[in-house]
Amino acid sequence: MTQSPRVLSYLDALNEALALEMAADPSVVVFGEDNVGGHGCDGTMGHAWGPTRGLHNQFPKQIFDAPITEAAFVGAAVGAAATGLRPVADLLFVDFAGVCFDQILNQAAKLRYMVGGKAKVPMVLRAMWGTGMRRGAQHSQALYSLFTHIPGLKVVAPSNPVDAKGLLASAIQDDDPVIFFEHKLLYFGSRGVVPEERYTIPIGEAKVVREGGDVTIVAVGRMVNEALGAAEKLAAEGIQAEVIDPRTLSPFDFDTVYASVEKTSRLVVVDESSPRCSIATDIAGTVAENRFASLSAAVRTVTGPHAPVPFSPVLEDAFAPNADKIVDAVRSTLPSSVISKAS
Amino acid sequence: MATESAGPLGREELIEAYRVMRTIRAFEERVHTEFGTGELPGAVHLYAGQEAVAAGVCGALTEGDYIASTHRGHGHAIAKGCDINAMMRELYGKAGGSCNGKGGSMHIADFERGMLGANGVAAGGAPLACGSALTAKVLERPHVSVAFVGDGAANQGSFAESLNLATVWQLPVVFVVEDNGYAQATGTRYHLRGLDVARRAEAYGMPAVVVDGTDYFAVRAAADEAVKRARDGGGPSLIECQAGRFFGHMEGFDQQGYRGEGEVERLRADADCLVRFAAASALSTEQLAEVDVTVDAAVEVAVADAKAAPVPELSELLTDVYVSY
Ligand SMILES: Cc1ncc(C[n+]2csc(CCOP(=O)(O)OP(=O)(O)O)c2C)c(N)n1
Ligand SMILES: [Mg+2]
Repeated sequence: MTQSPRVLSYLDALNEALALEMAADPSVVVFGEDNVGGHGCDGTMGHAWGPTRGLHNQFPKQIFDAPITEAAFVGAAVGAAATGLRPVADLLFVDFAGVCFDQILNQAAKLRYMVGGKAKVPMVLRAMWGTGMRRGAQHSQALYSLFTHIPGLKVVAPSNPVDAKGLLASAIQDDDPVIFFEHKLLYFGSRGVVPEERYTIPIGEAKVVREGGDVTIVAVGRMVNEALGAAEKLAAEGIQAEVIDPRTLSPFDFDTVYASVEKTSRLVVVDESSPRCSIATDIAGTVAENRFASLSAAVRTVTGPHAPVPFSPVLEDAFAPNADKIVDAVRSTLPSSVISKAS
Repeated sequence: MATESAGPLGREELIEAYRVMRTIRAFEERVHTEFGTGELPGAVHLYAGQEAVAAGVCGALTEGDYIASTHRGHGHAIAKGCDINAMMRELYGKAGGSCNGKGGSMHIADFERGMLGANGVAAGGAPLACGSALTAKVLERPHVSVAFVGDGAANQGSFAESLNLATVWQLPVVFVVEDNGYAQATGTRYHLRGLDVARRAEAYGMPAVVVDGTDYFAVRAAADEAVKRARDGGGPSLIECQAGRFFGHMEGFDQQGYRGEGEVERLRADADCLVRFAAASALSTEQLAEVDVTVDAAVEVAVADAKAAPVPELSELLTDVYVSY
């Protein structure tokens, strides 16, 4: 009996992970604004539009709505995690971390260390990120570098439905606080075959999504697809790019990147955030420090500019990296003989 | 307290109040239609149904007074005198928009008119209004600041802290809470328990009232009183206004499955602030019709102008990040 492989959107893959983890473990609780939706209204309950849609029917005791009180409910996730629950709190847009940053920075991240290992904080904070939806400066940021900077937090940013499901399961089962980044353009824009059963993808393992010997491109989140697009263009010119999706930003799988750079001797890092103190400069700097001898060209980064995300579609499109900008960066790492041979 | 009567307002003021509300309505209905064509980008939250709040509150203000608005900010901006051509261009992300296309619906601002900006963060404007009130107080200027905040946003910590700060510093600020029944899909009845926001404000030590937000005259009377108090050095006040929204939370996103059967139709039929105003204001049908015609033409012009306007220069991406760097 053969079944045609099942295709899910990124959003539905996350929904399935939440459902499977709640079913497997009654201590998993899910909450945020409109995670059920429709509470206190005359209409039908259950108006969540995001990854929690419909889950309240199956898990009425494990999923609930929060008022617009991020400082309180993210902090409550920390307290609940430290005392026996596995909360999955929903920040909606990661930009709203601004109103509850203390709970993340000083409570979630540091509790275990400060009490000498007497507590653990097995919580997940889900957060939407990224450009492309014309949401303007306060709803489009790529803030994972801020969280990666903070010891005590784990940071995950899947680029496709299979990884999204497996990594969310791992994040929920993990005993440390995990900030889980969901790119808003991937929710409906990324679809793929996703196994129906419960499975995990380990936190801290990068994936080589395309093999190649000439240059290594490390790209985060939605940028993985742009990097693959760039790799196709480069292949047409005879340049073989290896594309790596780190999937997890903290901890970071440098070994996979090192192995690739030892092979290709060139590195381009693609990151949708602003350039300063970014994941791009972190990866570039760490590789330069530890694999200097393997490199035959300066490491290049392709990032957004040092500016907030603009609203106007033409400006927003100019903000984010894309395949063409990645191709240009790759070319700049190659000796002119290779480029002239190709063109 | 406030009653539904034209009270002390003269004919010119009544016509102006109607013009403001009618402009907001026409603007929002038109934006709804345009959004439906797929041409308008972004996150757009419409204010239709709540016009009497913006108009009544801003009617009590002078040009030098400040307002800090919300994500649902078009009505506040129009009532504070912002140019609808610039606003429409902003919605389309065009050059010459209120923010030159960089902000969009959620960040429309006009500092010349005392409009400190819509805001993408719930209750983000409340502390800002405390700040503009502090400026007025320190520099001994006669200006009052208003913070508009939704029912959902009234649960934010920054809002509670703002109420407290405003009383401690005795700031010339008026908090206007707009209870439209919902925060996204979550009903006020669920997310805001216990005493209403007005009672919360009283607990912080400021006078507070609850008014029918579809009654322009009730809102205006409450605003006149609160603004006078602030201007006279009497410190902060809070006005809680109840008025339902006619559209979904956000354009293109909200199927409104959480709303009761016929709820929106009932609101439009029984709680339309424009209809109530027309009935109570003693303006003639001709006077109202004259405003209708002018307003509809102005909105038409704004849409045509915005569609024809050029997009911003790409160099705009990197300007305005700092004053100097
Ligand atoms: C701090 C923060 N959390 C969440 C959101 C997402 N959000 C945008 S509007 C909204 C509901 C706001 O409800 P309310 O304050 O009642 O204003 P209304 O939309 O009804 O005008 C929410 C939750 C936000 N913008 N800011
Ligand atoms: Mg509301």
